[in-house]
Amino acid sequence: MGRVIVITSGKGGVGKTTTAANLGTALALLGNKVVLIDADIGLRNLDVVMGLENRIVYDLVDVTSGVCRLRQGLIKDKRFNDTLFLLAAAQTKDKTAVSPEQMEELCQRLKKKFDYILIDSPAGIERGFQNAISGADQALVVTTPEISAVRDADRIIGLLEAAGKENPELIINRLRSSLVQKGDMMDIDDMIDILAVQLLGVVPEDDHIVVSSNKGEPVVLDPDSKAGMAFRNIAARIMGEEIPLLSFNEEVGLFGRLRRFFGWAQ
Amino acid sequence: MLEVFSKVFRKESGASKEIAKERLRLVLVHDRATVSPRFLDLIREDIVDVIVNYMEIDEEGMEISLDSMEDAAVLMASIPVKRVKRLARPTG
Repeated sequence: MGRVIVITSGKGGVGKTTTAANLGTALALLGNKVVLIDADIGLRNLDVVMGLENRIVYDLVDVTSGVCRLRQGLIKDKRFNDTLFLLAAAQTKDKTAVSPEQMEELCQRLKKKFDYILIDSPAGIERGFQNAISGADQALVVTTPEISAVRDADRIIGLLEAAGKENPELIINRLRSSLVQKGDMMDIDDMIDILAVQLLGVVPEDDHIVVSSNKGEPVVLDPDSKAGMAFRNIAARIMGEEIPLLSFNEEVGLFGRLRRFFGWAQ
Repeated sequence: MLEVFSKVFRKESGASKEIAKERLRLVLVHDRATVSPRFLDLIREDIVDVIVNYMEIDEEGMEISLDSMEDAAVLMASIPVKRVKRLARPTG
């Protein structure tokens, strides 16, 4: 039986779609059978980040409303051998085209065929969010070290718990270690302290992300990317492996080197 | 040693994260209190449970609210007291 994981954040633009694409790809790389669902109806995006935009025939609404069979709606990622699939969002409908009950039923069906079902939630706390979380066994909350994103993450955590999705786990995205070292960006401990949730992983700010989105190739496929490595580690943690957090102290120049010299590196 | 080092370091750069954390702390006090409609009710029930050990109060006339001050959040409770119980044992 597979596991349904929803990726949420409340605030837009913090990297939900990038996170979903990369965790899905990394889980497939690790030998799992994975399906990604873009639940952002009307604002389809996961397809372009995955580089699958030209392959879409049917979408989520076609599947839930019975226009096509489930199997027809699943777009196979040809870079993987029958292990990674995408169910795209409908672009011409709105969020009410799918109900939470339909999503739950869809997830139940997919759980029989896949190891992991990752749902990319839309921003906000309205119907689209309710749809996205309704079939989920577990929730991941993505935030960035910004006051607005952390505030929204707090709200989302409250809503998840109220909906019975207990123990959501946190992914801190776009951490800039140079700013953290200067005291101009909240660090990991600050955010964990404020949000009081379990930390699943930290992804550094990385220019490779921009390049990989341009190309439609998830950054986990790039061995040189630190963000890619962070996402691969998170995927392994999802599978239950214990992997320590990456150290991001390399970029901080003299101060970082001094810290490490004296053994203070975290 | 590390603390001294980072303090000196932070002074130079302003440490705006402390401002962010403080602002976030205050805003979350209000977010969390208003998001759950039961929040203030739960506090009210607990307060009543404690106070009735010492005095008889007018629960109908009790008011409780969370207010914003400039740099703090204040929980205000106005509790009309009808009668104070005589303590069976002396305190202090």
